[in-house]
Amino acid sequence: MLKFTLKRFALAALILVVAVTIMFLMIRAVPGDPVSIMLGPRATPELKERLIAEMALDQSIPKQLLLFFGGLLRGDLGVDVFSGRAVSEIVFEQLPHTLKLIFSAIAWSAILGIALGCYAAAHPNTWIDRVTATLSVSCIAAPAFVVALLSLLIFAVQLQWFPAIGVGEGFWDTAWHLVLPSFAIGLSWVGYIARLVRASMLEVMGESHIRTARAFGLSERRIISVYALRIAILPVVTVIGVGMGFLLSSAVFTEIVFARPGLGKLVIDSITTRNYPIVMGAVLVSTGLFVVSTALADLINALLDPRARTAT
Amino acid sequence: MTDATAVPTKSKSELAIIIAGVARDPLGLMGLIIVGAIVFSAIFASWIVPYDPVAMNIQDRMQGPSAAYLLGTDQLGRDTFSRVIMGGQVALKVALPAIFGAMAIGLTLGTIAGYGPKWLDNFLMLLFDTIRSFPTVMFALAVVALVGPSLQTVVFVVMATSIPTYGRVARTQTLTLRNSEFILAERAMGASMARILGVHMLPNIIGVLAVLVAMDNPTVIALEAGLSFLGLGVKPPTPSWGALLKDGYALIRQTPWLVVGGGLPIVIATLGFTFLGESLRDVVDPKLRKNR
Repeated sequence: MLKFTLKRFALAALILVVAVTIMFLMIRAVPGDPVSIMLGPRATPELKERLIAEMALDQSIPKQLLLFFGGLLRGDLGVDVFSGRAVSEIVFEQLPHTLKLIFSAIAWSAILGIALGCYAAAHPNTWIDRVTATLSVSCIAAPAFVVALLSLLIFAVQLQWFPAIGVGEGFWDTAWHLVLPSFAIGLSWVGYIARLVRASMLEVMGESHIRTARAFGLSERRIISVYALRIAILPVVTVIGVGMGFLLSSAVFTEIVFARPGLGKLVIDSITTRNYPIVMGAVLVSTGLFVVSTALADLINALLDPRARTAT
Repeated sequence: MTDATAVPTKSKSELAIIIAGVARDPLGLMGLIIVGAIVFSAIFASWIVPYDPVAMNIQDRMQGPSAAYLLGTDQLGRDTFSRVIMGGQVALKVALPAIFGAMAIGLTLGTIAGYGPKWLDNFLMLLFDTIRSFPTVMFALAVVALVGPSLQTVVFVVMATSIPTYGRVARTQTLTLRNSEFILAERAMGASMARILGVHMLPNIIGVLAVLVAMDNPTVIALEAGLSFLGLGVKPPTPSWGALLKDGYALIRQTPWLVVGGGLPIVIATLGFTFLGESLRDVVDPKLRKNR
């Protein structure tokens, strides 16, 4: 297990290094001088000189890359061109909003999806199973930002049940503001998780320890919820870990639709003001988050299922 | 001459078998109809639209659905129905080149990874894993920030982010095939690598990839619409479903019809392609069928 952990994290680190290098080269590959592009029309000679010195643009490319990595290791993502604040500070200020949204979305959809999946597995091939299956496929297809827009239109603008913008203050108000956004992000996950749980549940129900539990006369409900679910839930963990990138992508749109602060809003605002260091910083942080969550999902999977350890 | 005609007939009948298989499944049939309708309306868009999709008519601005304007009009008096139909053309214009480009490149790189030396395999896999480690939309935003929004940018982003998926599938197929007897026989006969990969491997990989194409379409359409919704995709006044949603979002308190008109085509199109992809997968390769 230790060997697997080390190997998995080494791979994650390697991927991050390559990802950062690609990003770095992408910025440099853009035709024209990066300082003018970064500063846009607001470039004054003084600002330009300051940025050239800060980004070490007068050095060779490999040396620049090394300096960039050195900065990353110290948690330095560069400096916001306009306000002069550290990019990392700005990004980590917005990150909690996005994480709150993502986790609330995955929480409700996982709970509902697991419940539906268990129910469908306990009553296979009934009409309710078939309805769940069809609904699952349909919901998987719906893109989060369209669901967000339509739910904004119906529940916030027309019916006015929920607030349309902002994050709110205090616990209840915050939760109330989260309802529609996390509904939009979570909707496609409910069906997906339900299908996953149903499939693995049906597999687990055929195993011998479940037969033993039946022979002891335990109720079907207890067998499913206590003995089978513990194993059937494994794929859900992996899928959520691997789906982090997808969740982050949905969150970007949902934040825009509901005018919520967060990484997505930060990036879009920074693109319109041509504030490149912030865009790149936010992209790097979200990529890091995605890589770490994928690695963690693999580790949890390996911890619970020893067979997965030989896979990599 | 007879040979030349015999081959297409054979593949045609195979295609017919697959289509018949899809049509037997109610969801598959629905997907087939929806996708067919979208492709049809995209090809003949210029004949279908009742109005010029970019012509303004300020007098009739922001109307609800009526006999004259099936889905109402937007803030400039442009007919929403015409814009929806034309938007379908734009969606396919982005999706098709992006997906087939990604498939071609992914197929090539994937077969090379699966058939070539180990170090090349490792290198390509690391590259694929890295590209997949960027959250798609974040990667798209970074690229848009650097090179500016345009239809080509969207195509590039979609292509870059889907190459790894096709590459991985092609690699796995190649790995399972490379030691099979017919490939070994070819090698023993001294066939070149290009011939082995192109003539013998390719037909065995392409079926699985075709399923992926159908499954990938909704993601691509959603990404194009999403970027256009953010104002970072297709530029106005080109009608796109995302651009419709952008206008609709700005006017959501004045008229609900723009959001409905822009949102429903996306939902319907993604549904159609998903249904088609699922049922295509069941017909083409029952082994892939895991979740039922």
